[in-house]
Amino acid sequence: MLIANYGYKDGSGEYFITLDTDKCDGCGKCVEVCPASVLEVIPNEYDIEDGDIMGVREEHRHKLKYSCAPCKATSGDVEPPCVLACPTRAIIHFLSEAKGQVL
Amino acid sequence: MITAGIDFGAKNVKVVILDDEKIVARGSALTGFDLKIAVKDASEMALKAAGLKLDEITHITETGIGQGSVAFAADSVSEVGANAKAGVKLLPSARTIIDVGAEEARAVKCDESGSMEDFVVNERCAAGAGAFVEAMARALEVELGQMGPMSLKATEAVPMNAQCTVFAESEVVSLIHAQTPKANIARAIHDAIAERVISMVRRLGITEDVLLVGGLAYDVGYVDSMKRGLGVEVHVPELPEYVSAYGAALVAQERAKE
Amino acid sequence: MTKKEFWRWPEYRHTVEGIDPKNGKVISGGVDIGSVSSKTVIMVDGEVFAQSVMRTGSSSPDSAERTMNWALEDTGLTLKDVQYVVGTGYGRVNIPFAQKAITEIACHGRGANFMWGPTVRTVLDMGGQDCKAIRVDEKGKVQNFLMNDKCAAGTGRGMEVFADLLSVPIQEVGDRSFAVKEEPQSVSSTCVVFAKSEAVGLLRSGWSKDEVLAAYCQAMAHRVVDLLNRVGVEKEFVITGGIAKNIGIVKRVEKELRIRALKPDQWRDDPRFDPMLAGAAGAALFAKVLYERSKG
Repeated sequence: MLIANYGYKDGSGEYFITLDTDKCDGCGKCVEVCPASVLEVIPNEYDIEDGDIMGVREEHRHKLKYSCAPCKATSGDVEPPCVLACPTRAIIHFLSEAKGQVL
Repeated sequence: MITAGIDFGAKNVKVVILDDEKIVARGSALTGFDLKIAVKDASEMALKAAGLKLDEITHITETGIGQGSVAFAADSVSEVGANAKAGVKLLPSARTIIDVGAEEARAVKCDESGSMEDFVVNERCAAGAGAFVEAMARALEVELGQMGPMSLKATEAVPMNAQCTVFAESEVVSLIHAQTPKANIARAIHDAIAERVISMVRRLGITEDVLLVGGLAYDVGYVDSMKRGLGVEVHVPELPEYVSAYGAALVAQERAKE
Repeated sequence: MTKKEFWRWPEYRHTVEGIDPKNGKVISGGVDIGSVSSKTVIMVDGEVFAQSVMRTGSSSPDSAERTMNWALEDTGLTLKDVQYVVGTGYGRVNIPFAQKAITEIACHGRGANFMWGPTVRTVLDMGGQDCKAIRVDEKGKVQNFLMNDKCAAGTGRGMEVFADLLSVPIQEVGDRSFAVKEEPQSVSSTCVVFAKSEAVGLLRSGWSKDEVLAAYCQAMAHRVVDLLNRVGVEKEFVITGGIAKNIGIVKRVEKELRIRALKPDQWRDDPRFDPMLAGAAGAALFAKVLYERSKG
């Protein structure tokens, strides 16, 4: 089993897209539904055995907070389109902003 | 009735004194490392300008990062609440108020009465705040006040890839080494901060009119990038840095009447 | 070579005695072009034969060529004798003489397994501009990974900023961070820019430079442990990359994890265990497998 975590944690919060590469068969359905073109299908680079898997485009890896924001509801737990589109449930979206103090 | 609002910013402490809804005086002091000294300096400056004594002020309301840490004001209000109140007072048609200060960015959506409907806040990462532009100006060896006018002279858009302020500093240095005109780099810096602020605000939905407040709104390069990025007209009040303090003073007016 | 110089990532090369490449079946090479340093490992039948560590220049192809040529210097070998080269690191796609590029995640996992043995399950790689947490199986195959190269916090770069701010030579940071009577409270900001202003405030309120360094090392350790916890930490645990040589961070990471790193000092006696070379060693091992495969 291989879990690939794309994203980062910075002072403002945690922003990750996590992929279970065993479940992912590289079908690309997530790529089609992503409105911000964040995802792509790439050769499995983490193992020298070949095969295609989903990947997060280089230019988005450092700004998931912003790229994925439109799909993230400001309240409630609505799953983003990429997660819903995946037939094998291989994708987990984790976007969590550190909460500021509000009076 | 005389009231005052104090805004504890990361960089400056601002004080606004109101007579009813009219601004009679203001003051500011570097926040430094002792809030007590900063608030004393800023309020003395404002009181002197107003020709008033501290005990002539009926009600003081504070806002900002240091609120509650100095026993000075009667009560406090959130920055977003203060911005909504002041923004609608300054521009009655304002519905989205975007405030970028030295260490944080926030946006508030409000109704015609200046009541807050929704808000987003970005803090604890310099890349999304005024500190980013300040650090970039240092890397460019340009005075902060020159960044805006310089950016407006840009001839070409160059991309900035680094998302972290520390890494962006090195990127600016390599752009300079690659003979990229400073004006184009300045514009890349403003576009980068505007892109981050706008993606944050999009979560609220952009409702016109849009008002830009906070210290960064003095920077015409940033304002221009925001206008292009949002695709709508943006408004900047006079003295955008004092808007939160003004809002707090307006809240003080309401609370004093209660 | 003293400990202090090692921490400064001096450029060096080394040939392992007692290996005659003429008798080897496969000569493979791994080249790791990082943001700060470029490393090469040459292996003969899967054993380290020669290695070099250099500073990365402005061009990846040049850096790759320089580190490879230096590793081969006085070994009697030339680039032509190296049958297969795998490139890794952020500059991996720009290595003209490499037959294949493999991500540094896979190479570090494989390299850590080779250097510290099959019991390694968690690898923390702390480089100049990134930080990786990697979980591997007994073969060194990656099972779960996470890379932070978005934010300077938790990277060598963040440490440089602090060394600069305090005018403390970077090689003294580790030791000086322990020259405090009592471990101070950690710096609270994650963001390097804000941590810097916080540090200025601490200095003004009377903290010593050593105390501020201790507070920052702690914050940095906390930050990387946070990343590690996202992939989960299991024994054995090893630290690779340039920061593995900074005792101020290593000890604090161990303390916070409550797990000791496996043989963190071995490199001091045997350069083959230089933690900066894990990625290049993994690449050289992949190169051997790929070469053998290409020959059927």
